[in-house]
Amino acid sequence: MKARLKPVRQSILLSLLLFALLIGVWHLLTLPETVAVAADVDPEYAALMGGVAGTAASSFPTPGAMADTIWNKLSDPFYDNGPNDKGIGIQLAYSLGRVLTGFFLAALVAIPLGFLIGGSRVIYNALDPYIQLLKPISPLAWMPLALYTIKDASTSAVFVIFICSLWPMLINTALGVANVRRDWLDVARTLEVKPLRRAFRVVLPAAAPTILAGMRISMGIAWLVIVAAEMLVGGTGVGYFVWNEWNNLSLTNVVFAILMIGVVGMALDSIFGVLGKRVDYQE
Amino acid sequence: MTLPVTHPFLQVENLARIYPSPTGGDAVTVFDHVNFRIHKGEFICVTGHSGCGKSTILNILAGLDSASAGNVFMDGREVSGPSLDRGVIFQSHALMPWLTVLENVAFAVKSRWPNWSRPKVHVHAMRYIELVGLKGAEHKKPSQLSGGMKQRVGIARAFSIEPKMLLMDEPFGALDALTRGVIQEELLKICAETQQTVFMITHDVDEAILLSDRIMLMSNGPHARIAEIVNNTLPRPRDRSAIHKQPLYYPIRNHLVDFLVSRSKLFGSLREAADAPSSPAVFDPADLVESGFSDRVEAVQPAPAGKPQIHLVNA
Repeated sequence: MKARLKPVRQSILLSLLLFALLIGVWHLLTLPETVAVAADVDPEYAALMGGVAGTAASSFPTPGAMADTIWNKLSDPFYDNGPNDKGIGIQLAYSLGRVLTGFFLAALVAIPLGFLIGGSRVIYNALDPYIQLLKPISPLAWMPLALYTIKDASTSAVFVIFICSLWPMLINTALGVANVRRDWLDVARTLEVKPLRRAFRVVLPAAAPTILAGMRISMGIAWLVIVAAEMLVGGTGVGYFVWNEWNNLSLTNVVFAILMIGVVGMALDSIFGVLGKRVDYQE
Repeated sequence: MTLPVTHPFLQVENLARIYPSPTGGDAVTVFDHVNFRIHKGEFICVTGHSGCGKSTILNILAGLDSASAGNVFMDGREVSGPSLDRGVIFQSHALMPWLTVLENVAFAVKSRWPNWSRPKVHVHAMRYIELVGLKGAEHKKPSQLSGGMKQRVGIARAFSIEPKMLLMDEPFGALDALTRGVIQEELLKICAETQQTVFMITHDVDEAILLSDRIMLMSNGPHARIAEIVNNTLPRPRDRSAIHKQPLYYPIRNHLVDFLVSRSKLFGSLREAADAPSSPAVFDPADLVESGFSDRVEAVQPAPAGKPQIHLVNA
């Protein structure tokens, strides 16, 4: 009798089975079917549509066509044939550039401000109403204001990323700083540790896991928002790519873009997962 | 101790802590009229029931808390905040979990001597890590250590800054009896070597007798104060396995236990009847024996039920 599979292998096996099932169902649903009313179709129309009208093949891509597209797109990701025809690598790079710029600008503001808020009850209470009011606003709602004041579409998209990344980092930093164990602060006090050294050597490492968790949430939201923002501002980026391919009625390219957005999002998240593990500590 | 009384190292005058009532009623006085002196090199233990404010007194001495009234002077200067002159060993060891043992101690050393080079800081830190028997574990994180080892790191950290005075708030309260016994003995050794002045809170009367030169007994709160001071005249060096054979061991122990069991709660009512005694009664073990304690001592001595850990350790 065969030994039972280890749980890890069971998971992998189940994952692969699910993938096969998904592809199988997809394949069945996109099988071309001969339409019974083919005879009613105007031959001229059929000719115009290149025979597609007669067989009514689903316009949704088949797994085979999809694999083809993925292979083609990924084998040449950085071509540039003008504004409406750029490789996926270039589009993703534009999006990532905006996300990273907005995200790090937000971190530059949120982490020091979070330290201030977390360290002082007075400042916390003073700023709390503003944070509570601004936090639930959809970042895209800022777009008209950004376009009006900044007057540059790409910078406006960066601003939208900045605004949406700000809140989770700010709130988590404040939370992490406010919840640093009293004992550690007391140790720092009895050792007469200077404020700056205390901030970097005691408070920052103590709050780091919470801060990193906030950064991870921010990055997740930023990557969600960039697609919508780029659909609005147009020009470049993976969001614009999706919208452009939808206008081209190329669902294959849309599905491909969706997959890429997912892969990049997963990669960004796992980077923060690794960083989070590095600063984590066990009490 | 034959130091001149006129020159105490640490002097506490009329210390009080009053909490305003949250409901708007009368304020609660946890303790008041607390007066005592500590001489250089003395080991003082404080004991009393929970809520009498002993931890608050320790925090005031550390400068982490402030008194509602009264003053603390150390070396002729008033204590107004935390200082590297007073090392604190916390009950919860308070090690920073993201730092290794060596880094935890080195952090303190670097705080004490900011201008020292890295190698010098490490050599100094390692000396104290070796002193508490943790050589070999210096690169471990606190989470990889047992409770006793963590507290040893706390001791090493406090001693490494060579403070003028050491404050300990039930440092061994969270440890099992076996570990506690071993660390007590190490502490005894280190204190003898370094002539450290110590103020220590403990609930364990045996620990107090083993370690201290004087034991302060606090009455129950509210309006707690130092009710009695027992001079622990048992000869040094002391040995945990033999100390209970000292003729004065049980008189002292019984006096302490009697206080905690019955007398500690009487002081409150006594004081309301009479005027508050501002200085505590001082007891010498020899007096205890003369005043008739010895009869009871004989009866109690053969039943060392309260000290199983000592017998265990030496088994």
